[in-house]
Amino acid sequence: MNILDPQGPVAAADSAILIDSIAIMLAIVVPTIIAIFAFAFWFRASNTRARYLPDFAHSGRIELVVWSIPALTIILLGGVAWIGSHQLDPREPVPGTGSPVRVQVVSLDWKWLFIYPDQRVATVNSLTVPVGAPLQLDLTSSSVMNVFFVPQLASMIYTMNGMVTHLNMRADQEGNYQGLSAHFSGDGFPDMMFDVHVISPLDFPKWVEATAKSGKELTADSYKQLSQQSVETGRPTYRLPDPRLFDDIATQRIPPGPGPKLVENPAKPRPESGAASVR
Amino acid sequence: MTDATFVHGHGDPYHLHGGRPQEGPASKRIVTGYGFWIFLLSDIVMFSCFFAAYAVLQGQTAGGPKGSELFDLKSVAAETAFLLLSSFTCGLAMIAADVRSLRWYQIGMAVTCLFGLGFLALEGREFADLVGRGAGPTRSAFLSAFFTLVGCHGMHVSAGILWLLTMMAQVFAKGFRADIMRRLLCFALFWHALDIIWVAIFSVVYLFGSAA
Amino acid sequence: MLGKLTWAAIPFDQPIPLTVGAGVLVVLLAVIAWVVIAGHLPYLWREWITSVDHKRIGVMYCLLALVMLLRGGSDAIMMRAQQAIAFHSQGYLPPEHYNQIFSAHGTIMIFFVGMPFVIGLMNFVVPLQLGVRDVAFPTLNSVGFWLTATGALLVNISLVVGEFARTGWLPYPPLSELTYSPGVGVDYYLWSLEISGVGTLVAGINLVTTVLKLRTKGMTYLRMPVFCWTTLAANLLIIAAFPILTATLAMLILDRYLGFHFFTNEAGGNVMMFMNLIWAWGHPEVYILVLPAFGIYSEIVPAFSGKPLFGYRSMVMATMAICIISFCVWLHHFFTMGAGPNVNAIFGIASMIIAVPTGVKIYNWLFTMYGGRIRFATPMMWSVGFMVTFIIGGLTGVLVAVPPADFLLHNSMFLIAHFHNVIIGGVLFGAFAGYTYWFPKAFGFRLHEGWGKAGFWFTLTGFYLTFFPLYAAGFLGMTRRMQHYDVAEWRPWMIAAGVGMVLLSIGVLSQVVQLVVSIRDRNSVSLRDVTGDPWDGRSLEWSTASPPPVFNFAVLPDVEGEDAYWKIKSRAREQGLLRREPEYRDIEMPRNSPTGFVCAFFATIMGFALIWHIWWMVALGGVGAFATFVAFAWRDHDEYVIPAAEVARIDRANREARLAALRARSAA
Repeated sequence: MNILDPQGPVAAADSAILIDSIAIMLAIVVPTIIAIFAFAFWFRASNTRARYLPDFAHSGRIELVVWSIPALTIILLGGVAWIGSHQLDPREPVPGTGSPVRVQVVSLDWKWLFIYPDQRVATVNSLTVPVGAPLQLDLTSSSVMNVFFVPQLASMIYTMNGMVTHLNMRADQEGNYQGLSAHFSGDGFPDMMFDVHVISPLDFPKWVEATAKSGKELTADSYKQLSQQSVETGRPTYRLPDPRLFDDIATQRIPPGPGPKLVENPAKPRPESGAASVR
Repeated sequence: MTDATFVHGHGDPYHLHGGRPQEGPASKRIVTGYGFWIFLLSDIVMFSCFFAAYAVLQGQTAGGPKGSELFDLKSVAAETAFLLLSSFTCGLAMIAADVRSLRWYQIGMAVTCLFGLGFLALEGREFADLVGRGAGPTRSAFLSAFFTLVGCHGMHVSAGILWLLTMMAQVFAKGFRADIMRRLLCFALFWHALDIIWVAIFSVVYLFGSAA
Repeated sequence: MLGKLTWAAIPFDQPIPLTVGAGVLVVLLAVIAWVVIAGHLPYLWREWITSVDHKRIGVMYCLLALVMLLRGGSDAIMMRAQQAIAFHSQGYLPPEHYNQIFSAHGTIMIFFVGMPFVIGLMNFVVPLQLGVRDVAFPTLNSVGFWLTATGALLVNISLVVGEFARTGWLPYPPLSELTYSPGVGVDYYLWSLEISGVGTLVAGINLVTTVLKLRTKGMTYLRMPVFCWTTLAANLLIIAAFPILTATLAMLILDRYLGFHFFTNEAGGNVMMFMNLIWAWGHPEVYILVLPAFGIYSEIVPAFSGKPLFGYRSMVMATMAICIISFCVWLHHFFTMGAGPNVNAIFGIASMIIAVPTGVKIYNWLFTMYGGRIRFATPMMWSVGFMVTFIIGGLTGVLVAVPPADFLLHNSMFLIAHFHNVIIGGVLFGAFAGYTYWFPKAFGFRLHEGWGKAGFWFTLTGFYLTFFPLYAAGFLGMTRRMQHYDVAEWRPWMIAAGVGMVLLSIGVLSQVVQLVVSIRDRNSVSLRDVTGDPWDGRSLEWSTASPPPVFNFAVLPDVEGEDAYWKIKSRAREQGLLRREPEYRDIEMPRNSPTGFVCAFFATIMGFALIWHIWWMVALGGVGAFATFVAFAWRDHDEYVIPAAEVARIDRANREARLAALRARSAA
């Protein structure tokens, strides 16, 4: 999950900017730290060789320099930030080979639902994508906020109920990666890890075909079932009869997830429902 | 509000010397008024949050009624008149206090109080009416923001009336003591600030809301 | 009758909070019993609880901060231990407990350690530095302190009665809405912050008015010590930012209590509005904490370098620049929300711009050391430690202000490491530095140097060992608030951080020992401060006795330039004489008042009742608080007079001590 070992163009560009920025700043930070140690050491009271300047409190020249050094650094970095923000806007499409794959992501209470509207399949906690293809993700949440994050592949993006955010990415290496939620969302939050399988474009249709044979269907009813709070350890897959399911979720035609079940004394909620199901 | 006494704070409390730094600490009256001004600024910042929330949520009616379907501008105009008149009588009461006229001070404050209560009664009637028509604050985000913004001002007016009655009682019991005069200064500032906020509410919520 | 409160609210099934709570309760009762039996109660009541003296109130603020630091620190130890253990396992803390701990840790450390510490130091020092007798509103000052204490008390009550929030230190909706957090935890959070927020606002108004309107003769703006400037800036931020917090939390309260729809998923609520509002307060809050710390360093570095602050005017300019820009950067807390590239870039660049004045400050301290004769007493050690540490924190901070870099680092352990780097390295080091520096002024004896240095070195190494592994974990994709995890790469870093936490705890313990040892040896020659000027200081607080008399200055000083006391002292040293004895006059001082304490008592009742929906008790608290204020307003004598003879006696004693020191110096 090393963000400095990116496997796609978005993550690669993000981490390149990250490293460049560190390098730019180190260029002034390191000399400053050395100067602090040097001044502190040399001008110690016991050093009789150091010159004592009891009235040295002002120097226009030094002040000009100390205002301009950080200012110049920030101008440089500001340029990096401006260009980077525009190039790496998560809404900007990413080029790639083959036709784009649309994935609709719903963060549920403590699991991730991936809907493939064009392929008519859906999966939980497991995202399978073809290598090299542009991936277009639309994201929302069934209840509370989460952040979708695959450290080696793409930028983070919030998921919020009643709203759709967009993320474009591409995976350049076949393999298995891990993703997670980067925004605390309740007791089961640490279990919101998911797998990302990047497979060859030839295998992808086969995977779709195999998944489409799944015994389970994802409908509004089974979605409501799924949106109950729980931690999912398996990797269930679904057929998707209605490709507009995501729109129903995002526009709240399907109401938001129910949250924790109320127990009798609201002062001490859910000793059994939330916590126990995590274990 | 007790203040520390300073060497330079002894003179006539109405002497508005500016407290320039070479003269040392400012007089108590200056300090108290200044501090209260700063409080009012912070209060206005708080109101501006509610204004911001109202602006953001104005369109979020969740299928419920819009402002133009709800607001009764006549009643609101009466509210505005009451509040502005109360500010005027409050000013008269302060002048009466300045010339130490107990009777006119109490009359001025009492009239101010009546106008304030009239304002609250009209606002209460409006709120009750809205809730009765199923347009209470739980109906939609728009109505939540509306009730909170207008209600927060109403709470301020209520608190102001409580303060006003306390000040009437205090002057009755203690007379126009210097510390009480300072409190009156703060009260007057507070009461006028409520007017300013009301003018903003009147324009932003009711006028724009009815137009939309 | 008791609303939602039943016996089920006491967590009899959870041994950890119950034992801790019981332990705290026993200690508290024992202390109270000892105070009563030993007959200290009248003294405490008269001299501390009802005191309106800014020095006493400042000390109580700092004491509150230190006590709460131990509470927040225990939470930190538990979290680090949990993450060191909870690999492929649940660790020892179930999620409902772990989530409360990190929420409480953040809330306590920001609101009840950081805030009271800096407000306490400002309260104590600023009137002394300005050369006046008290703050603008002494009684309100006491009210402010006690309301802050009320908030702290409510947070601690949640340990044993009910639960605390499990939503993080900022309760993001919709998780914090009633649907997803039906318990009283969030209510504890909301009411304790609403109540202590009023206290903070009062402190802010008080200090701004003090700095702007109460300065001694000749103390023009550009002669004020930089600490007064940073106090002004920080408190202006309080006045502009805290009402935003109050309003935002009030909206969440309305959602939770009355079914409003500000931030709900339903009926058009908008969670993004919460994020914007809370950070419009939250980012200035960071500077409310760190600006006073910058001020502290700006006092300490010149004092121990034996020369004036370098670039005073730049420093003032930088302070006010930070004050203003800090309101234009809040969006950098959620670059990943999907706002457009222009918005992200503008807020990113605005955030970076803050680094310019901050960088200037670092260079100014650096050049203050240049040409100095630096004495490495403990306050100076903290200051140098800060300079180095803070630069690194600044670097990582500017890094996360670059939106594309933030896309990978947002909410990660890297972020945790970053803000601890600036808050511990900036605010806490500064608070410790100020505490050691002004302690002799407050109590008349110094803190033990050896234990202080031990505390410094353990804290410093402990800090690096705890938080640098977290930077690494952030690079490995680890996010914050993980109660357990299965990723093997993260494990070694969590263990390293756990070890660092041990060192950090030893550092804090060393300072506890330092305090105990110093109190024990307070009359020893090495610790006792006879003259009132133990560090060879430069500003006016060192011109009066330690501890200062209640009226601070027998005669308000005349200021002729920057470093006001240094000028007076240099002249005395040249001539070998003190200034001519002034003409003493009677001094009027404000009388003590229990208003603050009683008012906070009712606020506690009211807060508790609101949390548990006990409506009659809410009314009782409200009426009680109002009655307290009316009773206060009704009193006839709010001042008492200290006769000139008494003033003369107190001042002459200090003059003699100083003269003796002066003679000893010229003899040497």
